[in-house]
Amino acid sequence: MFKKEIQAAPKSKLKSSVQRSLRQSLLTTYPLLHRYIDEILPKKGSLSAMKLPDRCTLYVLDGEPLFFQQDTTTVLPHLKLVHRFPDAFPSIRIDRGAIRFVLSGATLMAPGLTSAGGRLPSGVVTVRAEDGAGEQLDDDDRWTRELEKGEPVIVRAEGKSEACAVGFLVMGTKEVKDKGKGPVIEDAHYLGDGLWKLATDS
Amino acid sequence: MADTEQPEVPSEPQGRHVTYCGVCTLPPEYCEYGGTVKKCQNWLQKAHPAMYDQIWSAEALEAATASLSVEAQKRAAKDAQKKAAQAEKARAEAGGQEGQQRRHDKARRAEQAQKVSKEFGRKFATGSSVTKVPSGGEEIVVQGDVSDEIEEFLLEKYKDMIPEDNIEFVDDKKKKSSS
Repeated sequence: MFKKEIQAAPKSKLKSSVQRSLRQSLLTTYPLLHRYIDEILPKKGSLSAMKLPDRCTLYVLDGEPLFFQQDTTTVLPHLKLVHRFPDAFPSIRIDRGAIRFVLSGATLMAPGLTSAGGRLPSGVVTVRAEDGAGEQLDDDDRWTRELEKGEPVIVRAEGKSEACAVGFLVMGTKEVKDKGKGPVIEDAHYLGDGLWKLATDS
Repeated sequence: MADTEQPEVPSEPQGRHVTYCGVCTLPPEYCEYGGTVKKCQNWLQKAHPAMYDQIWSAEALEAATASLSVEAQKRAAKDAQKKAAQAEKARAEAGGQEGQQRRHDKARRAEQAQKVSKEFGRKFATGSSVTKVPSGGEEIVVQGDVSDEIEEFLLEKYKDMIPEDNIEFVDDKKKKSSS
């Protein structure tokens, strides 16, 4: 999505009503954010938006990039935010061999997840609770709930503690396990891409 | 109505603070994919020695390479080689008494080449210029028969950037005679 460098664009302050609705939609998409939302989006903070190419919008607070959104699709967290609150978003893990490809912007394919180093959700929690109850990483580093197609997900990597990409699943995690091949995440935001390098503090 | 027995409110879970590499901006554990590994290592060693030991210790590296397949290891070695081929030096014998050295400098950026070229000129009191070569990249042309001095100078000044093995002399007669 952001393979090319992005030029910083002027930021514009958001109306508080827009901020409220963004906050609401964030909580709906990421129930686990409830605990952190006041730290991420303080009620008094003045959130601003930056228009990026391809009808993307980046939400910035005090120079810190928080979320981005393409068109009016689901809002995705910026990787810097993910690094601050890693347990607030559902995640999967790729094996070591896949890291270099993900970091060069390739589509994430199923074998990177199904191999010994990859981690797909365990599926212990079957129903999605409104406050995200029971959802977390288990001892084996697996997310407890199976994720559906189209859900936003964080990509972590074998042997690394920080996440390396964010994107939408184009295949449910259950299907990934069954099929074991094909694309899983296309067009992700990854470490070192244009969005990552974009200067937002000016 | 003094409510003394206020239940302990669990303090807000705080966000983590992650250190990012000062060179490639990635988290240091991903520096190996950033393309400026050497510089990143140097930076990390200075800025966060503890983290450096953790990431680049011999055991950690071994653990990392052990899980790679043979093919992947080969590929990694090749990648590293490519990056190391930073500077290559060529020498061209001119028709007259003066020789000309060419120092190909493909990896560096134009402004840096300019700077280095200026330094050559000052150091050896000769003309030195940066030109674009058709094959892409840039070269610094230095007038005068000073190739040995250039090598010494380079090794001294850019010790940390150019390993000695990367400097080589190339006789470039063909090129000269055609022009």
